[in-house]
Amino acid sequence: MTEKHTLSIEETAHVAKLARLEIAPAKLEQYRSELANVLGHVAKLKSINVDGIEPLTSPVDSTNRLAADQPGATLSLQELFINAPAVEGRFIAVPKVLAEENS
Amino acid sequence: MSAPFTDAVSIGEAVRTGATTAEQVTKEFLSRAQKSNASLNAFHEIFESEAMEAARAVDAKVKAGKNPGPLAGVPMAVKDNLATKVGRTTCSSKMLEHYRSPFTATCVERLQAAGAVVIGKTNMDEFAMGSSTEHCAWGPVKNPWDTTRVPGGSSGGSAVAAAAGLCGFSLGSDTGGSIRQPASLCGCVGFKPTYGRVSRYGLVAFGSSLDQVGPFTRSVRDAALTYQVMAGLDDCDSTTADLAVEDPMKDLENPIAGLRVGVPKQYLSDANDAEVNECVNDALQRLQKLGATLVEVDLPLTDIGISTYYVIAPAEASGNLARFDGIRYGHRAALKTGESLDTLYSRSRAEGFGPEVQRRIMLGTYVLSSGYYDAYYGRALRVRRLIKAEFDNAFAKCDVIAGPASPSPAFKFGGMNDPLKMYLCDVYTVNTNIAGLPAISLPIGFAKDGARSLPIGLHLQAPAFADAKLLRAARMVEKLFPDLVRQAPDFS
Repeated sequence: MTEKHTLSIEETAHVAKLARLEIAPAKLEQYRSELANVLGHVAKLKSINVDGIEPLTSPVDSTNRLAADQPGATLSLQELFINAPAVEGRFIAVPKVLAEENS
Repeated sequence: MSAPFTDAVSIGEAVRTGATTAEQVTKEFLSRAQKSNASLNAFHEIFESEAMEAARAVDAKVKAGKNPGPLAGVPMAVKDNLATKVGRTTCSSKMLEHYRSPFTATCVERLQAAGAVVIGKTNMDEFAMGSSTEHCAWGPVKNPWDTTRVPGGSSGGSAVAAAAGLCGFSLGSDTGGSIRQPASLCGCVGFKPTYGRVSRYGLVAFGSSLDQVGPFTRSVRDAALTYQVMAGLDDCDSTTADLAVEDPMKDLENPIAGLRVGVPKQYLSDANDAEVNECVNDALQRLQKLGATLVEVDLPLTDIGISTYYVIAPAEASGNLARFDGIRYGHRAALKTGESLDTLYSRSRAEGFGPEVQRRIMLGTYVLSSGYYDAYYGRALRVRRLIKAEFDNAFAKCDVIAGPASPSPAFKFGGMNDPLKMYLCDVYTVNTNIAGLPAISLPIGFAKDGARSLPIGLHLQAPAFADAKLLRAARMVEKLFPDLVRQAPDFS
């Protein structure tokens, strides 16, 4: 039933890059073969006729409920910052975003 | 019946009437939880002082003649992907090893308001991805019936805590069977309510259109009561249904006259363990003797559920887990001079997430990526509509659909070392989430492995929002197995 799915190392590396996962080159082959296996199995979806069928994104018909536009209780910076890896004053610190010139 | 194996309803009654105190009950369960952890590893954290304080507050209410709530002094264990102000909320992931939630999940708050006492957070498959609780950054959880076997997953710690009497009841989350399958493998009741019945506010998101919170209990009435306390509209979760919650306790003891039980031929497959099929058939025959009608229903899309689920769930997970970038909270990797912000994201995620989570994020990224979106994700969503329609048709002929929750009893550690093989175990539970239905697993017998007994559960599914009716049907099944001892053997 399961069909063979071809997935190259380059494609696997590309998916890892899109997913922002730094995968060591030595581990890529294992991920490649496991993903190819699962993709080969889910290819069974092709055997189902879905002509004229609309996608179903949620099991319940939910309409977007809007909250009243009134300020409520909110968390303090202090409460939120207990989880921040690096803080400077009122800010969460991150590494330099812009590359330095000549580097 | 010894105290740890009474149910939550009995504990609440005993505390309210002064037959015992919340302090005494909490102390007893804390001691069992602590003693068990070396062998079972159900808990990541146990909150001794906070639990005792909460128990004393319940006792003070009883003394003052105030209503302490229906779950007065009942110790509860909480899956570690539900936010609690007390302790950490780690999702059993290094990514959130030190994460302290600034708020408590709505469902936990409602149970606390009803008198329940949080005694600890339970181990799980990382970010709820798994069916064995082997993918847990804090070590695997053991099945109390046989510690060489898995408890199921992803809510393994919560299932073990309820089944082994380490708490009055526990909470889990179910995205594709993560409550029902471990309940079946550990021998307790596991209930996944209709999608949108219980608030997901404070549940760390995995598959947002599939996730639902539910209880693990030692009786069906406990499942009904804890569900009743949690269910209903929550302003903090716009997917909670704006529909009155039917009282699940009112008619629980009254059998449903002329109950029609749907039996899909696809569910009693030869691929199941023989003992699983025997137990399910036995339960069905007993129901029939009781006056229920067995109705043959056809669910030909049962098998395609796995393919549908393992596209939709990873797709949603890859989006939901994009928030873990090492910036505002969670694990942040160290950078060398000159390395970019982009490397910070990628390295933090690679260091913080375990292999199964990375696999599913990549799978989700692939099926959503340009060129593959329509072929995988778009198609899976169309098949999803067909699966839901198939259930609708079946429920025109029956009240509940019955079958096994898992094709086999608990398997050995490492027994499903290939990811795809593990995914295939979810065949009877994923379609419930795809269609948003309520479902429950409850113990109906055992498989024998030498001197060991391994629990087997019956899986009952019902139409959306027929939660109260489903619980009534489950209560009928529970009454058929009065000798079924829920006490796990001595695991220590």
